[in-house]
Amino acid sequence: MSEPYQPVIIGFLCNWCSYRAADLAGTARLHYAPNMRPIRVMCSGRVEPDLVLKALREGADGVLIAGCHPGECHYIEGNLKTLRRFVLLQRLLRQFGIEEERVQLVWASASEGTVLAAAVNRMTEQLRAMGPLRWRQNVLGGNGHGPAQVVSQPVTLASEEA
Amino acid sequence: MEEKVGVYICHCGTNIAGMVDVKEVAQWASEQPNVAVARDYKFMCSSLGQDMVETDIKKLGLTQVVVAACSPHMHEKTFRGACQRAGLNPFMFEMANIRELDSWATDNHAAATQKAKAMIKGAIARVMLHQPLEALRVAIDPHTLIVGGGIAGITAALELANAGYPVYLVEREPSIGGHMAQWDKTFPTLDCAACILTPRMVDTGQHPNITVLSYSEVEGVEGYVGNFTVTVRKKAGYVNQELCTGCGICEEKCPKKVVDDVFEAGLGTRKAIYRPFPQAVPKYPVIDVKSCIYFQRGKCKACQIFCPPGAIDFEQQDQLLKLQVGNIIMATGYDPFDARRIPRYGYGRLANVFTSIQFERMVNASGPTGGRILLRDGATEPKSIAIVHCVGSRDENYNEYCSRVCCMYSLKFAHLVRERLPNAEVYNFYIDVRAAGKRYEEFYHRVMKEGAHFIRGRVAEVTDAARTPDEEGKLIVQVYDTLFGAQRRIPVDMVVLSVGMESRHDARKVVQQFGLGCDMSGFFTERHPKLDPTLTMVEGIFIAGACQGPMAIPETVAQGGAAAARVASMIGQGTVVMEPIKAHIDADQCSGCRVCNTLCPYNAIVYHADQKVSEVITALCQGCGTCVAACPSSSITGAHFTREQLMAQVEGLLWDVRELEMTE
Repeated sequence: MSEPYQPVIIGFLCNWCSYRAADLAGTARLHYAPNMRPIRVMCSGRVEPDLVLKALREGADGVLIAGCHPGECHYIEGNLKTLRRFVLLQRLLRQFGIEEERVQLVWASASEGTVLAAAVNRMTEQLRAMGPLRWRQNVLGGNGHGPAQVVSQPVTLASEEA
Repeated sequence: MEEKVGVYICHCGTNIAGMVDVKEVAQWASEQPNVAVARDYKFMCSSLGQDMVETDIKKLGLTQVVVAACSPHMHEKTFRGACQRAGLNPFMFEMANIRELDSWATDNHAAATQKAKAMIKGAIARVMLHQPLEALRVAIDPHTLIVGGGIAGITAALELANAGYPVYLVEREPSIGGHMAQWDKTFPTLDCAACILTPRMVDTGQHPNITVLSYSEVEGVEGYVGNFTVTVRKKAGYVNQELCTGCGICEEKCPKKVVDDVFEAGLGTRKAIYRPFPQAVPKYPVIDVKSCIYFQRGKCKACQIFCPPGAIDFEQQDQLLKLQVGNIIMATGYDPFDARRIPRYGYGRLANVFTSIQFERMVNASGPTGGRILLRDGATEPKSIAIVHCVGSRDENYNEYCSRVCCMYSLKFAHLVRERLPNAEVYNFYIDVRAAGKRYEEFYHRVMKEGAHFIRGRVAEVTDAARTPDEEGKLIVQVYDTLFGAQRRIPVDMVVLSVGMESRHDARKVVQQFGLGCDMSGFFTERHPKLDPTLTMVEGIFIAGACQGPMAIPETVAQGGAAAARVASMIGQGTVVMEPIKAHIDADQCSGCRVCNTLCPYNAIVYHADQKVSEVITALCQGCGTCVAACPSSSITGAHFTREQLMAQVEGLLWDVRELEMTE
């Protein structure tokens, strides 16, 4: 029997609510899936779509963005900007053929360690059921661009010509 | 220059070492590119641990430091300090939180170790791109603006003024004093509210360091901690304050009587020229333009004719004052819940249903009935009174929260009824009696012993539709008695609705004006609910009292004092240090699209139309990075959270799967 597949999630946690929620989950010794690797940002509003795509491209199977609840943002409404951006990003991901569950947005206040832990657990299970993302094969390959090495070929060709 | 990263892995006793294989991680870290040294140690935050970092920086010439230990909220400052002491810029440091976010959150040793490695790799990748940053220092103006002249604002003003700092106290009403000035007695000591409040009001009015701006409202706030510019509209009161002696003859002579909805809560009357109450501070009356016969019909001027010093000035205009202040304390208080919103309780429809605010005025010796408890006819004493708790509170249809003061003031009412009308029956309808506070529970027991009745259940309805002869002419309180286990109908002569506390009706407008945050109920958000309850998310703006949430007088006073102490400590420092985590726009790259202009929640981005570029005002920027993420030309840099740093951290965090992906 082989070990269950372990998806890797990059978690963007806002400094004021969600990172503190994660701190609280730890302090309360809530054991949850160790599959989320955290990055602290000052506000979820800082998370640009590029960062999410970068994570998926570099081998993450999913990205979790966590911010303060609407109306409770430390920066008044940065989380609403995140929400707006997130909806657009999801549309883009759909066009890439990436399942919606791979990029998730949750609100977790500083007191909601349980909410954050539950979100990580849930997402891990969903990704486990879906299997690895395999950006280069499934996204680039499926998009007609072929594997990444092909993309870099014109550069070598250009240098040969020179 | 060659990069030399020092990596330190903390055992935190067994907190980390019990789950993460720290020796292996240290060994692995020492093999990573650019890492000059990797060590593990029992307690990195101890002075020995910090010494280790400092020595390595000096001896090995480390250019960056990574400490893998607990949350940066715990010890980031500690290690930044260690770097600084060793001559390394404190921002050339990064923390990997392998305790709260790793060892404490799992029971899987292998996974914890792998995750720790990923987090350390991410931190190394990120710290390599860190840039030295300098903390900004801003001078602090010693003046303070206090918004709201209730007991919170008064307390804060007096504390600051006594410490020698100048204060502007802005109050919307013609007098300071706030809600507390309306009350008769305070629970549980039964002190007379006016007796303890008015001396403080007088002190405030006379203090050389306090400028009371009554009948005034804040119109605009600009600037940032240490340097706020506040615009205050001083409304025309049509009384020349330099001439007015406060004799009160104008009030006597004014022929126009109107119902006083503010101070007397609709139970009493005032004149068109009025002071809310006799002990008002400042003592000058104001003319209520909407009621004044002269302003409405162009004739009368009785007040002007009779005013001995000739202080009435019908030509007076609103004044706009520009104030320079370094700090602001918000003490804007609360609004009582409007009992009309619960029609089945009959307030506004059934004459003898009163709100608790009205009842306070009624039992107040200086109130409209001279302290006598009377039915709406103004003559009959009730033989039975129902006090309905939790009106608008603890109710998901209105406010889910507990207003915290209603139980206690309801008990106080029960006591006052027993005292003034010994033959009257008094019924308390409660869900739970929340008497948590010094001497509160004792007071509850005292009131029970005095013979007040307590019926546990939320009142369903107050009605005048009698079903039996003994209900005729009475108000019937219909309730499910949860201790008795049955529906009950209690006929009474008077019903008092103990209304809860709500945020001010214009709280959301104020929040926008000052750039604060508020919760779903409109109460202002504090920096930290436990450890920083009086600072807001905006540096230099503090909150005190019920604008933050329902609270009683002792807590409000304590908060007023706490906010004042915080301000005094700010002024005492002379300058304030601001985190250098700020956005910056590269003017050469900026396309002038102005996307960032509207995104900034602090209006910290200005657009220079002549150069067609936007610019971040560093002192206003709070460093959220929303503009950084949105800039289509990538010309905004968020210091310490740059695109490159975050991208590198993503790569580092995915170091193991990244390689897998490449080889597939």
